[in-house]
Amino acid sequence: MTTQWEEICKLNDLVPGTGVCALHNGEQVALFRPANDSQVYAISNYDPIGKANVLSRGITGDIKGKLVVASPLYKQHFELTSGECLEEPEIKLATYQVKVEGDKVLLAV
Amino acid sequence: MSKQKLIVVGNGMVGHKFIENMIENPAYSDYQIITFSEEPRLAYDRVQLSAYFAGKSADDLMLTSPDYYDENQVQYIVNDKVVSIDKAAKTITTASGRQESYDKLILATGSFPFVPPIPGKDQPHCLVYRTIEDLEAITASANQSKVGVVVGGGLLGLEAANAIQNLGLEAHVVEFAPRLMAVQLDEGGGQLLRSKIESLGVGVHTEKNTKEIVAGEKCRYRMNFADGSYLETDMIVFSAGIRPQDELARQFELEIGPRGGIVINNQCQTSDENIYAIGECALWQNRIFGLVAPGYQMAKVAAEHITGGDLAFIGADMSTKLKLLGVDVASIGDAQARTEGCLSYTYLDGHAGVYKRLVVSADNKKVIGAVLVGDVEAYGNLLQMMLSDIEIPGAPEQLILPAGAGDAPALGVDALPETAQICSCHDVSKGDIYEAVKGGCTDMGGIKACTKAATGCGGCAAMTTQVMNAALTEMGVEVDTSLCEHFAYTRQELFDIVRTKGIKSFAELIESHGTGHGCEICKPAVGSMLATAWNEYVLDDKHIGLQDTNDVFLANMQKDGTYSVVPRVAAGEITPAQLIVLGEVGRDFNLYTKITGGQRIDFFGAQLHELPAIWSRLVDAGFETGHAYGKSLRTVKSCVGSTWCRYGMLDSVSMAVNLEMRYKGLRSPHKLKMGVSGCTRECAEAQGKDVGVIATDKGWNLYLCGNGGMKPRHADLFASDLDDETLIKYIDRFLMFYCRTADKLQRTSVWMDNLEGGLDYLHEIIVEDKLGLCETLEADMARVIDSYECEWKKTLQSPERLKRFAHFINSDATDDNLAYVEMRGQQKGRIATDVERKKLAKGEEIETVELV
Ligand code: SRM
Ligand SMILES: Cc1cc2nc3c(=O)[nH]c(=O)nc-3n(C[C@H](O)[C@H](O)[C@H](O)COP(=O)(O)OP(=O)(O)OC[C@H]3O[C@@H](n4cnc5c(N)ncnc54)[C@H](O)[C@@H]3O)c2cc1C
Ligand code: SF4
Ligand code: FES
Repeated sequence: MTTQWEEICKLNDLVPGTGVCALHNGEQVALFRPANDSQVYAISNYDPIGKANVLSRGITGDIKGKLVVASPLYKQHFELTSGECLEEPEIKLATYQVKVEGDKVLLAV
Repeated sequence: MSKQKLIVVGNGMVGHKFIENMIENPAYSDYQIITFSEEPRLAYDRVQLSAYFAGKSADDLMLTSPDYYDENQVQYIVNDKVVSIDKAAKTITTASGRQESYDKLILATGSFPFVPPIPGKDQPHCLVYRTIEDLEAITASANQSKVGVVVGGGLLGLEAANAIQNLGLEAHVVEFAPRLMAVQLDEGGGQLLRSKIESLGVGVHTEKNTKEIVAGEKCRYRMNFADGSYLETDMIVFSAGIRPQDELARQFELEIGPRGGIVINNQCQTSDENIYAIGECALWQNRIFGLVAPGYQMAKVAAEHITGGDLAFIGADMSTKLKLLGVDVASIGDAQARTEGCLSYTYLDGHAGVYKRLVVSADNKKVIGAVLVGDVEAYGNLLQMMLSDIEIPGAPEQLILPAGAGDAPALGVDALPETAQICSCHDVSKGDIYEAVKGGCTDMGGIKACTKAATGCGGCAAMTTQVMNAALTEMGVEVDTSLCEHFAYTRQELFDIVRTKGIKSFAELIESHGTGHGCEICKPAVGSMLATAWNEYVLDDKHIGLQDTNDVFLANMQKDGTYSVVPRVAAGEITPAQLIVLGEVGRDFNLYTKITGGQRIDFFGAQLHELPAIWSRLVDAGFETGHAYGKSLRTVKSCVGSTWCRYGMLDSVSMAVNLEMRYKGLRSPHKLKMGVSGCTRECAEAQGKDVGVIATDKGWNLYLCGNGGMKPRHADLFASDLDDETLIKYIDRFLMFYCRTADKLQRTSVWMDNLEGGLDYLHEIIVEDKLGLCETLEADMARVIDSYECEWKKTLQSPERLKRFAHFINSDATDDNLAYVEMRGQQKGRIATDVERKKLAKGEEIETVELV
């Protein structure tokens, strides 16, 4: 079966170095574009430590080679590719398949 | 076993130190201490007494507190003088008739000011300089005087002259000897000091022997001198030396010296083995020590001896370094070159007003003394070379020649032995500092807290820092000052790079000076530096990713992901019409509303998509962003001042509005707060702010580097009686210098505690412009002020930017995870707990808190 994709927004809607939140299948998904290229990552928007839907508003960067977002609430780092929390490894966020086609950002349904 | 009873007569600096040493002794539980003080209060810092005139209160000067004594079961009786000792019965009696027995008696009665037996000396307005009450009397007298004379041109006399001048009087110093500070300085040093002091407007009269004090013509009194000349004055302060307070010893037959002083042995025992004498009242090998450090040493020795230890007092170094009337003066060891065969080197720069004399041993190898006037930078080095008996590396004259003229062979602290005393006030050795560093104190704040080094006269601060850094390096705790893993530079270095290379974006900076993508530490830090340097719009595409969420949405994130809204209410001044708008906004958007500690109003619980709507209402009504989210100027708290208050000296509200409007929008290493009070009653709590301004009858007093945060710190008085223009100039310079040199997220208070050279150094930079920085600091500040624009106003004008203010990029829905509980009449009174949330979801009633 081939993967179904849903268009979420334009790549331009994502300013390099920032994130946005998307409503996808009834879930809150945080999309990040860490650099000025077409690489986009998607993880859950819910911060299980701060207990709020805020991760898309965190600062992205890299810690020891791993791409991460720091929660805007209490600054724990979540890895963009795996959803893993660097400070509390037993916490792992849902991740989502994402791709960029031309100027479109799509999430797997 | 019953406790041994110790009575400490005198709760001055040394008496208190003794008690502190006892409390810290492991055997303390075997002892019971009672202390008596003739003064109305417990021990205070007499060394810093003059700071009382600079605005410090008696409370600020306290060295201990009733609480501390209570906690440690020390009984204290103030305002009661011990008047007799019964050595046989081992009891004492006080003036109020109280009798107590002792096992050991400790006399720590200090000294009293010597007033020469001049006819007329006992009239009103003839005063001394020793206690807080003396200073109060001087202030009172100054209010009714125009001219003041200090008799005595020694260390304390000059301090008193300074105080008199600061009280607004025409000040004179009358000295018997041919030069000032005759004990500490040689001829050349005394002469330079004199010319410097005269240029400050203080009259200096040497070789004057006062014969009598009679009624004056122009002033209250006339002082007639033996040589036929005279001086008219309204007030006289005697500071002609001190005499040991040995009254009790005299009356109750303890051995005293020919010229006074209670004779002690190396264990600080008097001629009665159960009675000790310590501090300025004690005479050791025919010497009285009129400084606090030797007294502390005696306190330690006595406490050790009583508890069975075997420390001995072996004399003390009398070197001193101080600032008198703004002139730096230091004297080390044999300053007068009295040692036989010794050699001297002198350096005199009449233009800069610097005099230095170095005295070395006959073989030209060891430092044995020095005099420094005008430039005392070499003090730490020279003192250590003398105390640690270190051989002079290279030519001795290099030690006092200015840098550049064949660079001075700096004494690496490595060369010092473990036992070298770094802080003489608190007897802290190099070894003690090393130990503290090993114990985890890695900054000056920590070192001060755990060793007390540099918390007395402050003279050892620079040396202490050097030792601390050496210890850190030696331990391999590479003093890693890198900003984070992406930049191997300190914040200060990066700031210089940004400024001098004209770097305008994070991308440029990390490309040229860093590695990787950055992180939540370096991005906001660099964002802040770029903003301080260039003040570009923080939500510009190239800057937006650097900002914390608060700056991205120009609001503060709350624990549930919503935001708070704080409009600027400069200085807390607000029109009724504006107040009504604020009320309407709070009501219409159903926001929890609270008056903040910063004299303005905070609305909580706004969702992202509501922020633009809320702000357009506010901006339309003339409000601007309050930067409650930024590391930038928050509020300038004001008191009502002279516009309404019956005590107001100046218009504090106008000044506060002025300052808030001037510095709003300045991005800084950490947040900044200011306060302006209309008089010394300080209703604006200005001394608890990064920048505090207090009106006097002559202008503004400027206080710097206070706060009330995690570690409260009172601001230091930096300059007095300034006019508006000078005040603002100094604040401009101060703020920019802080922005340039502080570490990331370092408040001004911590910055100051770690600033090598402290307040004096800051004074040199900001007032004396020693580094020639002032012009650029002011220009940099002018650029920030000129480029200010309200971030909310600008954001509302850009539809592109407003797109970010939606919870979802692809839907108009909002966050479904928010729930509130009513509380005291506000619908969004509180964020619902998990349990309440579940109940709410099921439609169940939950408890609310009513406003009663
Ligand atoms: C709203 C207010 C409390 C109130 O209800 O009155 C408040 C609220 C917050 N303070 Fe504060 N502080 C408020 C006055 C103070 C004061 C008192 C004052 O300014 O008169 C202090 C002590 C003085 C000082 O500045 O040191 C104060 C010391 C702090 C600190 C400790 C700073 C420190 O150096 O130790 C923090 C933490 C920080 O900044 O890192 C802090 C941080 C915060 C933050 C921003 C915490 C956060 O990151 O979410 C709070 C959120 C505010 C919001 O969401 O709007 N707040 N905070 C006050 C806002 C004043 C204003 O109008 O802007
Ligand atoms: C203005 C000023 C500036 C100074 N600057 C410096 C400086 O820069 N560096 C430095 O090292 N030193 C300085 N000193 C000196 C320093 O303050 C003293 O060396 C130190 O205070 C001595 O401590 P002490 O406990 O021996 O005496 P004190 O601090 O004088 O304490 C003695 C106490 O005993 C009380 N007392 C006396 N007799 C009795 C009695 N019978 N019963 C009950 N109580 C009694 C007195 O009232 C007093 O409170 C300065 C002094 C002054 C006045
Ligand atoms: S600080 Fe002084 S001027 Fe200001 S309100 Fe208080 S008493 Fe009045
Ligand atoms: S020498 Fe005075 S504080 Fe250290």
